[in-house]
Amino acid sequence: MTDTPFLLREQQYHRIKAVLARLRMDSAARVVFLVDKDGQEIAVQGEVGNLDTTSLASLAAGNVAATGGMAELIGEKEFPTLSHEGERESIHISVIGRLLLMVVFDQRSSLGLVKLRSKQISQQLSTMLDEITRADYDSDSGFAEITDEDIDSLFS
Amino acid sequence: MTFINYASREINCKIVYYGPGLCGKTTNLQHIFDATAPQARGKLISLATETDRTLFFDFMPLELGTVRGFKTRFHLYTVPGQVFYDASRKLILKGVDGVVFVADSQEERMDANIESLYNLEENLHSQGYDLIKIPYVLQLNKRDLPNTIPIEDLAAELQRKGEPVVEAVASTGTGVFDTLKAVAKQVLTELRRG
Repeated sequence: MTDTPFLLREQQYHRIKAVLARLRMDSAARVVFLVDKDGQEIAVQGEVGNLDTTSLASLAAGNVAATGGMAELIGEKEFPTLSHEGERESIHISVIGRLLLMVVFDQRSSLGLVKLRSKQISQQLSTMLDEITRADYDSDSGFAEITDEDIDSLFS
Repeated sequence: MTFINYASREINCKIVYYGPGLCGKTTNLQHIFDATAPQARGKLISLATETDRTLFFDFMPLELGTVRGFKTRFHLYTVPGQVFYDASRKLILKGVDGVVFVADSQEERMDANIESLYNLEENLHSQGYDLIKIPYVLQLNKRDLPNTIPIEDLAAELQRKGEPVVEAVASTGTGVFDTLKAVAKQVLTELRRG
């Protein structure tokens, strides 16, 4: 494998969701996401409605990757936060290690409040994410038992 | 990097389509998008210039089905093929699980194929990957054009490790799903190995 798979257990997922729910409430945000730097959506909390969260996660990662590349070119390690302010909806992204915390908010909140609450919760999320180990997944994932037939059945 | 979510019972993998400019990477994704039921795929996002050349990447999520109770979701990306977009190509390779190299079969594009393949090996290496170890498929595209190089000659020049070679005409869909299957199978087989 190119990398060890990133495994998120059910309990860890629900703990992350609870933290995101609190951030959403404290920052009066519309939606709060946790996204992998590779563009994978890990958890989302809020008024999702018809929002295409998969595309948003991928584009957020692309956005952070591009600005990170710009940072390196001018001698910075990375830009730890990014903000995009629109007429009605805005986005704030914080880089937490290999993950991105993205908050979508409207006029019910403000950039200052979102920044403050995101920063307050970043450390807690960082600690939780440290605990999510790149598991020794041979032992208990069940994927070692995938058969050729299982794989072939996806394409039949 | 494969992301496995036990709560939502999902396996997410990242496939990148690589190759020289105008070889048909976006056309591959466009065909998959057009030929797949809407419930099995998301939007096709294209970050392109005004002349429809890929500027940063194209992206499309695709659900293939269920394995051992887990939904398998493949996130398909293309890179911009033009030489000067190298910084973008490197970024898109981050976290990749499988690569499709789309070669342009036309004689006059042979040098561009070789340059792009070399660039792929180099950029994979800079991200800590090795082309020899990563799930990988070579697609020989544009087989319908009159000035194509014979398959054997292209394979001799471009094949790196006995990877599957698929003949394609992406504009009509020929070989597009065979290519996707070939790389997806390798990615899932790697997952089984751990």
